[in-house]
Amino acid sequence: MNILTISGLHKSFGAVEVLRGIDLTLDKGDVVSLIGASGSGKTTLLRCINLLETFEGGTIEITGEAIGYQEKNGRRTRLPDRVIARQRAMTGMVFQQFNLFPHMTAQKNVMLGLIKTKRMAKAEAAELADTWLERVGMLSRKDHYPSQLSGGQQQRVAIARAIAMNPQLMLLDEITSALDPELVQEVLAVVRDLAHDGMTMLIVTHEMKFARDVSSRIVFMHEGLIHEEGEPETLFASPRTTRLQEFLGRT
Amino acid sequence: MNWSLFIEELGKSQENLLIAFGVSSLSAIASIILGTILGIIVGLALTYGHVINRILARLYTDIIRGVPLFVLIMAIFYIQAASGFGMTAFQAGTLALAIFCASHVAENLRGALQAIPKGQMEAAQSVGLTFLQCFFSVLLPQALRQMLPAWVNTAIEIVKGTTLLSVIGVAELLLATQRVISRTYLSLEFYLFVGLVFYILNFTIEQIGRAVERRLARHG
Repeated sequence: MNILTISGLHKSFGAVEVLRGIDLTLDKGDVVSLIGASGSGKTTLLRCINLLETFEGGTIEITGEAIGYQEKNGRRTRLPDRVIARQRAMTGMVFQQFNLFPHMTAQKNVMLGLIKTKRMAKAEAAELADTWLERVGMLSRKDHYPSQLSGGQQQRVAIARAIAMNPQLMLLDEITSALDPELVQEVLAVVRDLAHDGMTMLIVTHEMKFARDVSSRIVFMHEGLIHEEGEPETLFASPRTTRLQEFLGRT
Repeated sequence: MNWSLFIEELGKSQENLLIAFGVSSLSAIASIILGTILGIIVGLALTYGHVINRILARLYTDIIRGVPLFVLIMAIFYIQAASGFGMTAFQAGTLALAIFCASHVAENLRGALQAIPKGQMEAAQSVGLTFLQCFFSVLLPQALRQMLPAWVNTAIEIVKGTTLLSVIGVAELLLATQRVISRTYLSLEFYLFVGLVFYILNFTIEQIGRAVERRLARHG
């Protein structure tokens, strides 16, 4: 059973069709980087998987469970809020803008989902939070507030927050794009570490070198469709489609 | 200005003034608490409600904020009397103040909630929180912090607004002071006195507000 199966995904914002039929599969342990120009639909795809966006056509399955919608008497309806909330917890998302909760310490940020969604006891949640904070190198700062942390530190806490929920799939949406260059490497190191430990990840990134280093597969998107897909060495060395050649020529 | 006579008269009427001060304080506290609760409900309707609720809430806040407090107090007092509710002047006046407070709190809450970056909600949802959980754990704490200065402002306006209750005969501090003045003719001294009392009261509220703000600001 695949971790992620997307079939024929269609998504429009009003009159503009942003995803025009996406098929994508991820096995356990796959690390897939989504590359492409701005507007190609990469972030929208991630947000559909995380149910932060609705989608009009196609299906998304996570470990075999169809998420977001159900077919009842031939009619397609969105699942109730509670079910969607649970399904969202199957994936962990890290955002470009970190989005840490400013009124909570780093530790409390990581604990919130554990307590509210996983119904853990406070002590247990604190222990688990500490484990993951240590893993991303932020244990010493666990009682600091986001405003007291640098961008790279905040993003590492954000990664801990997402992964502490033990998701099936991690979604990383351009997580280093908002960081100062010096801080990018510390975050990428954490991601590389998690990838080596077998975490299934779907990464939207502009960091081509990183994508090449850490991914088992590269997916190139253009204007709402997947144009090319393949192993990093072959894809970057000899891109087949002109679009990808243009894109790589420019980056 | 006759200060020795003022001190003497102040001593003679201190019981009346103290009781009146109690009335003012009680009215202010009751209307602020009631108004804040009501205001939060209306504010939620303004931000998250269905179209009809939102329109009703908008009408409420716009009308109440557009009407002078004086007119509002008179209106509530005479409308409830005519409708047979039979409230005391104190009750009607406090209700008017509460309605006034609510309209401001509602608008402040709406603004504060809408100022929170969308990413906060999304991050909370991403760890599996339902809307209600998001709201109480992530959005509301941030909104309340954001709202605090404006809420302190509203509280101060309510405290000052209690003086208007004198027109419907509530024996609050200003009215009691005016009675002392009509007896003693020490108008300047006693008006300065009552002004000072209100100033101290509001200054204290403001300082408490700032202290809370500072404490919360450390936490971002």
